[in-house]
Amino acid sequence: MLGEIFGSKDEFKLRFIEIDSITKNLKKIRERSHGLWLVFAFFAVWEALPRLGIIDPIFLPTFSETIITLINLAMSGKLFVHIWASLQRSMIGFVLAVLVAVPLGFLMGWYNSFERYTDLFVQSLRNTSTFALLPIFLLFLGLGEASKIAIVFYGATWHLLINTISGVKNVDPIYIKAAKSMGISDKDLFRKIILPASTPSIVSGARLGAKTALLVVIAAEMIGAKSGLGYFVQNAQFNFMIPEMFAGILTLSILGLILNYLLVWIEKKATYWKGDIDQAILG
Amino acid sequence: MDKIKSESVKKKFKLKDGQEVNNNGAVSNEIEVLNGVDLSIRNGEFLVVVGPSGCGKSVLLDIIAGLTNSTSGSVYLDGKKVEGTNIKTGYVFQQYALFPWRNALSNIEFGLEAQNVPREERTKIAKKLLSLFGLSDFWDRFPYQLSGGMQQRVAIARALATNPEVLLMDEPFAALDAQTREILQNELLRIWEGTRTTVVFVTHSIDEAVFLADRVAVMTARPGIIKQLIEIDLPRPRDGNIRSSPEFADNRHKVWNLLKGEVIKAQKDWELASVYAR
Ligand SMILES: Nc1ncnc2c1ncn2[C@@H]1O[C@H](COP(=O)(O)OP(=O)(O)OP(=O)(O)O)[C@@H](O)[C@H]1O
Ligand SMILES: [Mg+2]
Repeated sequence: MLGEIFGSKDEFKLRFIEIDSITKNLKKIRERSHGLWLVFAFFAVWEALPRLGIIDPIFLPTFSETIITLINLAMSGKLFVHIWASLQRSMIGFVLAVLVAVPLGFLMGWYNSFERYTDLFVQSLRNTSTFALLPIFLLFLGLGEASKIAIVFYGATWHLLINTISGVKNVDPIYIKAAKSMGISDKDLFRKIILPASTPSIVSGARLGAKTALLVVIAAEMIGAKSGLGYFVQNAQFNFMIPEMFAGILTLSILGLILNYLLVWIEKKATYWKGDIDQAILG
Repeated sequence: MDKIKSESVKKKFKLKDGQEVNNNGAVSNEIEVLNGVDLSIRNGEFLVVVGPSGCGKSVLLDIIAGLTNSTSGSVYLDGKKVEGTNIKTGYVFQQYALFPWRNALSNIEFGLEAQNVPREERTKIAKKLLSLFGLSDFWDRFPYQLSGGMQQRVAIARALATNPEVLLMDEPFAALDAQTREILQNELLRIWEGTRTTVVFVTHSIDEAVFLADRVAVMTARPGIIKQLIEIDLPRPRDGNIRSSPEFADNRHKVWNLLKGEVIKAQKDWELASVYAR
């Protein structure tokens, strides 16, 4: 297939691109590794402060002790139960938010009158802190799964909704004109123009929404839950198991980092047809 | 019979609240863009429209394409009133308007998709057009990966894919450098000579107008009407050499003499507008 696509003329170019991408990847790894130094330095200071007695080791266990605790927690399987609990809640809440907010966003973006009636309501809800509403959710839905999933759903919805609306509203009218000039049907106009044209905005809304989902679930678990990383950290602090607490926090950082890279990667895949600004500027 | 007939087409746009415009001294909330365009375009004709910026050329094409309604008057295509878009009409926009999420090939396939042409046939037609425009190797590139000239070729190929009987082209070569422009003009003529599609082509370049046209329609400053139609009696097929012939220069003069006054009028209009803006 490839041979058929790239005529002999392009074969050379293809090779070149291959080599080019390898060197680029190396460059990227090297560039990333620059960033590692500061992280290492941070860990070193963390290790040193309690060791040198600058901070009481009871309040701040050394980095190495934290890592050992983390490994032990992981080995015992205890940690994964909590990770899974948090992930499950945030994922269910997030997916529900996508299912509701994206179609709703399309309606609100496409039908001006629909937005006119709903805008004030949406804006009032959106500008109320999710965290402030936590007690209400707990009050009505109890300490079970429902309250956590509901709050995640609520927190993740807004980015998705707002970005879907603005995605639809900002579809360049020239695309609609061009499609109409080629005799597109209304159904296809949505599927083949509105949807792809607003995808970048929706996907970046989804990225923000997923991040929010993780943040919110942790906070919710700290206030009212019997499992999950938020509960784990809060519980460790409550029982003065300080190394466990730090291990839990470290786990959250790692999880957040992985999620972030995953989301950036997904966003890139979903908008593969857009020019890569990175590439355009750095060459 | 005339392929396209425009009968006293008028177009006014209502401006947004708070915006106003000066129509010959009268301040109004409505802008008069076309003021009774009468125009008959023959079947298979290459008609070029010139006129000062803002005189309503793009609006006129939109009305012919059925993308915009006229305020009064009508356009007829093959004797039938134009209401809404028509698959007989292809449109190449002033902005290329390629879909950035589709590669060159599937951009060209778009119109065929809209008409439910089966996939294999679609691809066959699109590939043929790509090779006609010398873009076979670039079929899988996205618009951002193509040069301006390539994008414009794809846009033209896309409009041609459905084999339209009428091709509307709005300053398709305006953004290109002089060399690419001449190459594409030649390519366009070559293709047109093969298909004899009726073409309505808008440009600001008098050279381009004279080189391409059977007739040139000169429009007045806004509110636009057709001021005059000029037959370009240069032999076909034409190639680049014709540009240096005395006949070419004669035709050029004729067009420019008609256009000059309108351009100055349009400029006065702009001066007036800027006085109002102050
Ligand atoms: N949707 C609109 N609402 C209000 N005014 C409009 C609208 N579309 C066009 N106009 C006005 O109509 C006039 C003609 O516009 P048009 O785009 O047809 O000009 P044109 O002759 O194609 O100019 P150019 O050569 O610069 O492309 C302009 O004065 C423009 O401001
Ligand atoms: Mg125009």
